[in-house]
Amino acid sequence: MSGIREDFAEILKLVRPGARVLDVGCGEGELLELLTREKAVDGQGLEISPEGVTACLGRGLAVVQGDGDRDLDHFPTRAFDYAILSKTLQQMREPRHVLSELLRIAEQAVVSVPNFGHWKVRWALVSRGRMPETGALPEPWWSTPNIHLCTLRDFVGLCDALELRIDACASLAEGRPARPIDPRQPLENWRAETALFLLSRKAEPQPVMLQGGLFGE
Amino acid sequence: MTAQAPITVGIETGGGTWRFPADRPLRLDSGASLAPLEVAYKTYGKLNAEKTNAVLVCHALTGDQHVASNHPMTGKPGWWSLFVGPGLPLDTDRYFVIGTNVIGGCMGSTGPASIDPATGEAYGLKFPVITIADMVRAQAMLIEALGIETLFAAVGGSMGGMQVLQWAADYPGKLFSAVCIAAAARHSAQNIAFDEVGRQAVMADPNWCGGAYLKAGVRPEKGLAVARMAAHVTYLSEAALQRKFGRELRHDGLSWGFDADFQVESYLRHQGTSFVDRFDANSYLYITRALDYFDLAAAHGGVLAAAFVPARKVKFCVLSFSSDWLYPTVESRDIVRALNGAGCRASFAEIQTDKGHDAFFLDEPVLDQTLRGFLAAQAQARGLA
Repeated sequence: MSGIREDFAEILKLVRPGARVLDVGCGEGELLELLTREKAVDGQGLEISPEGVTACLGRGLAVVQGDGDRDLDHFPTRAFDYAILSKTLQQMREPRHVLSELLRIAEQAVVSVPNFGHWKVRWALVSRGRMPETGALPEPWWSTPNIHLCTLRDFVGLCDALELRIDACASLAEGRPARPIDPRQPLENWRAETALFLLSRKAEPQPVMLQGGLFGE
Repeated sequence: MTAQAPITVGIETGGGTWRFPADRPLRLDSGASLAPLEVAYKTYGKLNAEKTNAVLVCHALTGDQHVASNHPMTGKPGWWSLFVGPGLPLDTDRYFVIGTNVIGGCMGSTGPASIDPATGEAYGLKFPVITIADMVRAQAMLIEALGIETLFAAVGGSMGGMQVLQWAADYPGKLFSAVCIAAAARHSAQNIAFDEVGRQAVMADPNWCGGAYLKAGVRPEKGLAVARMAAHVTYLSEAALQRKFGRELRHDGLSWGFDADFQVESYLRHQGTSFVDRFDANSYLYITRALDYFDLAAAHGGVLAAAFVPARKVKFCVLSFSSDWLYPTVESRDIVRALNGAGCRASFAEIQTDKGHDAFFLDEPVLDQTLRGFLAAQAQARGLA
């Protein structure tokens, strides 16, 4: 598995062969292509950029040009086995709604988020009093797409509030293999640069269908 | 059932007019039926031994079966010759491409200018009102007659895209993939309004003769030309018109009269007059009516997703153009949402262009790339060489 992004390698391990997968913010489709090739998944991508969409189509992937904030509502309940949201939750206008939707649409969600509680982030704030620019958060505050940053503890708190179960969690750092962690461990909120979660619902989701219902009122 | 001898011109590999005898009528949504029925078609490329590589290209309002061969009346290249041919997105070295003329049309398929067997004269307004579903039903009869069980793809833009959606709803088992470009699942009030302007222009021409102009030996050319001029504006965009013509004058200075002072006027007049040479006025009425009646959800309890539930195995590609205001992107998004809701695998892209609705048959590299990518991937999934 050399040459594969460490988060992709980790996701590849989590996904069942032949599963139905929705990749929200699928970019140019690298992950979906990998999953299709290695795990024979039935994949569907959602991507906002025209370049990404064209690239996905060229790879033979099913991709819808759309916005994770707006377009998840139209997928029926449990249409997928997995919904993947890789490092984009913090860019959503309504992360809480998106997370909740992911777990309505899919049995399980694979979500990765940069940890704003990482020691480098805290150090940048404490020592320089400036917004941090780190490997996981490389852009200055005025151009970053990240509008809803959270710490590992914040994210776990949101999962609890939404009654989500954390089935697995791993800490990711560039160039290093993923490390399984307990996200509730206070130390991990300092150590993990990015965390990858496998989530499911504690209770069955309400079968919210399309407006008007699939087969009429 | 007999087919005319195939004529081969350029990359054409066959075609003609398929005649369905009186005992095989086409049942219409209105309750009426059409018999005998003729369906004109052209083919490009070769049907493989397994008959798995057939692509049906559905045409728009004023298109026809001459997808990639010169038009017999105008001599101009086929309306989709930029996309259909060897090495092109609809690669005729790989696919067997079929173009047909819709019923109600005027290029060889049964339409209002055809002879009504009951009277021995042209149908005129005695021709029954037809729908998009009727057009598709006639196409399905032709496809079956050609010995093809399943289409590898149905592809079309504008009204052609509506036919593609209708194919998916009515014949999901006969379709492997579907490409719907710059279309909608129903005609909006604005669409109907523009069509009505066109129809009224035709009917206001005294030479229309209540639809019986062929009998009278005249043609409502002025009315049809005005209809075409108005419609043509809706196929472009403000930006495209501005880029092409601006306020450019034909001669130095204004004429201080009502001649075509501006280049854009002259262009539109040309569009109008050249159109009447190749199109039948009553066909224009009937086909625009079919468009206006189109509402795919209506036949499925008002829920568009329900139309696509049987088509879960069909792979869809829906494309729109950013500057298309006749069938704007929001219409395509509605289709995609319904497909997602129905559990179909769908791709959707909005192509950035200032060329308006007509972008689907113009030189548009992203459209080329997108179609190529989608079809090639489906061909691989279908096991086509």
